[in-house]
Amino acid sequence: MELQKFSYDNRMTRNFAIATMVWGVVGLVAGLLIAFQIFIPSMNFGLEFTTFGRTRPVHTNAVIFAFVGNAIFTAVYYSLQRLLKTRIYSDLLSKIHFWGWQSIIVAAAVTLLAGFTTGKEYAELEWPIDIAITVVWVVFGWNMFGTILQRRTSHIYVSIWFYIATWVTVAVLHIFNSLAVPVSFLKSYTLYAGVQDALVQWWYGHNAVAFFLTTPFLGMMYYFVPKVSGRPVYSYKLSIVHFWSLIFLYIRAGPLHLLYSSLPDCLQALGTTFSVMLIAPSWGGMINGLLTLRGAWDKVRKEPVLKMFVVGVTAYGMSTFEGPLLSFKSVNAISHFTDWTIGHVHIGALGWNGLLTFGMIYWLIPRLYNTTLYSTKLANVHFWIATLGIVFYAVPLYIGGITQALMWKQFTPDGFLMYPNFLETVSQLIPMYAIRAFGGTLYVIGMLILIYNIVKTIQAGSFVAEEAAQAPALESESESKTQSESWHRFLERKPIRFLIFATIAILIGGIVEVIPTYLIKSNIPTITSVKPYTPLELQGRDIYVKEGCYNCHSQMVRPFRSETERYGEYSKAGESVYDHPFQFGSKRTGPDLAREGVKTGKIYKPNSWHYNHFIDPQKMNEASIMPKYPWLAKKEIDIKSTPGKIRAMKLLGVPYPDNYELKAIDDLKAQADSIAKDLAVAGIQTDSNREIIALIAYVQRLGVDISNKPVKK
Amino acid sequence: MSVVIILVFAAIVMAGAFLVAFIWSVKSGQYEDTYTPSVRMLFEDPALKEDPKDGGQKTEKESSRDQASVAKPEPRNPQPKS
Repeated sequence: MELQKFSYDNRMTRNFAIATMVWGVVGLVAGLLIAFQIFIPSMNFGLEFTTFGRTRPVHTNAVIFAFVGNAIFTAVYYSLQRLLKTRIYSDLLSKIHFWGWQSIIVAAAVTLLAGFTTGKEYAELEWPIDIAITVVWVVFGWNMFGTILQRRTSHIYVSIWFYIATWVTVAVLHIFNSLAVPVSFLKSYTLYAGVQDALVQWWYGHNAVAFFLTTPFLGMMYYFVPKVSGRPVYSYKLSIVHFWSLIFLYIRAGPLHLLYSSLPDCLQALGTTFSVMLIAPSWGGMINGLLTLRGAWDKVRKEPVLKMFVVGVTAYGMSTFEGPLLSFKSVNAISHFTDWTIGHVHIGALGWNGLLTFGMIYWLIPRLYNTTLYSTKLANVHFWIATLGIVFYAVPLYIGGITQALMWKQFTPDGFLMYPNFLETVSQLIPMYAIRAFGGTLYVIGMLILIYNIVKTIQAGSFVAEEAAQAPALESESESKTQSESWHRFLERKPIRFLIFATIAILIGGIVEVIPTYLIKSNIPTITSVKPYTPLELQGRDIYVKEGCYNCHSQMVRPFRSETERYGEYSKAGESVYDHPFQFGSKRTGPDLAREGVKTGKIYKPNSWHYNHFIDPQKMNEASIMPKYPWLAKKEIDIKSTPGKIRAMKLLGVPYPDNYELKAIDDLKAQADSIAKDLAVAGIQTDSNREIIALIAYVQRLGVDISNKPVKK
Repeated sequence: MSVVIILVFAAIVMAGAFLVAFIWSVKSGQYEDTYTPSVRMLFEDPALKEDPKDGGQKTEKESSRDQASVAKPEPRNPQPKS
C-alpha cells in the first residue's frame, strides 16, 4: 500500500465562510427590519421596494439560502475532504459553485425587492433563477460525488450520508415545486392549481426545512461536535439508525402545514402521523449529539464554541418536539395562522442553524488562518447575547400567538364573537412585537460581534490555502476489472454513479410523461359556479402576488364556527381550481380575505373603502399596521401582457373561450371603467388604467363564486 | 388531487434511491465496524515534515491538485482491511 501526499483546498471553505458571514448580516438585518415594520407601519418608508410584502421574502430567502446555504457549503467543503482523505474533486467546479451561488443570491434579492415573485413561500424566485439554482446545484453534486469517488477511505462517515441526502432530496424538491409556465422573462404561472399547488408547495416547504436546514446541519453536528470536543460521537451505531430513519420518514410529513384546510382529510392525517413518528429519529440525533460531550462537560465551560453547539443541538430537540406537537389537529387549530409558528421556526433558525454556524466559524477560521481566535471572551459574549436574543424573540411570540388565537375564538355568552373587529386582536400583540424586535436586535448585535472577532482573527493570521496531508491509497478493485466487464456490471460497481443515473433517468421520464396529462385534466371545476378570473381580476391577482399580500393575509377559512362567524362560508377545494399559484397563506397578520368580495358577507366593503384603504390604511383605521400602497394609484396596469397571460392560463387548462386572448383587453378596459365610475360616484376621481383598479377588482371577486349557488335541480 | 400521484411517485423514486444506497452500504461492509470510524475522524494526517521540498503547509498560490507523489516506503497508519 503506497502512502500518497496531497493537499486540501482551503480557499473554497474560506470563501464560503466569508459569504456566510456577509449574507448572515444581510439576512438578519432584513429580519430586524421586518420585525419593526410589523408594528411600526412608517418603517415601510412608503416605498414599494421596502414594504413588508417584499422585504419579508428577502429575509426568508437570504437567511435560508444565503446564510444557511453558504454555511452548509463551508462545512461540506471542509469536512468532505478531510473525512475522505482526498482533495476536492475539481477546483473549477468549486469556483463555478461559489460564484454561481453568490450571483443567484444577488439576483434573488434584486428581483424580490422589485416585485418579481412566484408567490410560493421560500420558492418565490422566478423561473430563470430557478434554472440557475438547478445548474449550480448539479455542479455542487458533481463536485461532491466526484470527491466521494476518489476517496482514500473505504468507509463513508455518517456526515457525508447526510450531505448526500441533502443533495438528492433538495434537487427533486426544487425541480418539482418550481415547474411553471413562463409568461415573460420574469413572470410565470405555476403548473399546479389551488389545493394541489398548496400540497406541492408544502411538500417542498416542509422538506426544505428537513433537507436544507436539518440534514446538512446534522452532518455538521456529527463532524464538528466530535472535532471540537475531541471525543468520538456517543454512538456511531445510533447515528446510522438516526440517518436512515430520518430520511425515510421526513418526506411525507408536508401536509401538516395544511391541517383544517381544504386538503383531503386522509392527507392531513398522513402528515400528522409521519410528523409524530419523526420525534424518534430527531431526538435520537439530539441525544447522540449531546451525549458526545459525556465526560467533557468541563470543556463546555471553557469553550464558547461548545456552548453554542450545546444550545444549538438543544434547540434542535426543542423544535423537533414542538413540530409534532403543532401537527396535532387540536393544537394546530390554535397555533395555525398565528405568531406561534414564527416563534417555532426561529427556535430552529436562530438556535439550531444560527448557533451551529457561529460555532463552526469560530472554530474554523483560526484553523484556516493558522492562528488562534482573537478573543474567546467576545465569543462568550456573543454566545450569551445570542441565547438571550432567542429567548426574547420566541417567548413573546408564543404568548402573542396563543393570545391572538384565543381572542379569535372567544364567544360571548349570547353566541356572538367577543372580538368581532380583527384589529382588536392585532393591537393586543404590539407589545409582544416590540419585545420580539428587541430579541432580534440582541441577536444582530451578536452577529456583529462575531464579524469583529473574525476580522481581527484573520488580520492576525496567515491564510493556509493548501493544507498538506498524506494518506495511504485506497485499494480499488473496480478500476482494473472494468475493461473486461459489461457496461452494466461497471455501473453496478459504482453504486453512487448508478444511483444518480437511475434517479435522473426516472425523474426525466416522470416529468415528461406524467405531469402534463394528469394535472391539466384534473383542474376541471368541481363546483359549477366557479368561473375563471376576468382579465382585470387576473391582472389584479398578479399585483396581489407581486406586493406579497400573502405574507400577511390568508385566503383559507377553516371549518370552525369562530371563523365562519367572522368571515363566512369555509373554503372548499373546488374554489381554487383556477388559482396559479394558490394563495392560502400561512399567517394572519391581517384578516382572512377568502370571503372579502361577498356582497352579502360579513366583511364586505365597497370599492371606495378599498381605494382609500390601499392608499392609507391608517386613515381608515388608526390602529392598523398595514403599510400604505399609494403607488398603486399611480402605476398603470401592464395591459399589453394580458393576452400572453390568458394564453398561459389556457395552456394550464383554465377554460377561457376560444380566441379569448383577442378580446381580453376590451373586457379588461370595460370592467376597469365600471369600477372607476363606481369610485367617481363615491367622490374619488381616478383613471381606469391604474393598478389599484385591478387589485380592487380581484379583491371584490374573492369568494363571490361560491356565494352564487347554482339552482338545485 | 391527482398531484398526489406525482408526489407519491417522487417520494417512491427518492425512497427507492435511498433504499438502493442503504442496501449497497450494508452489503459493501460500511456498517461492519460501528466504532472505529467515530474515532478515526478525530485524527488528521498532516504530511510528514522530513521532506523539505514538499512538506508542511503551503501558503503560496498553488493550484495543482493532488500530486499523489509516492512518498516514504513504510506505510504509516495503515487502512483497516474491510
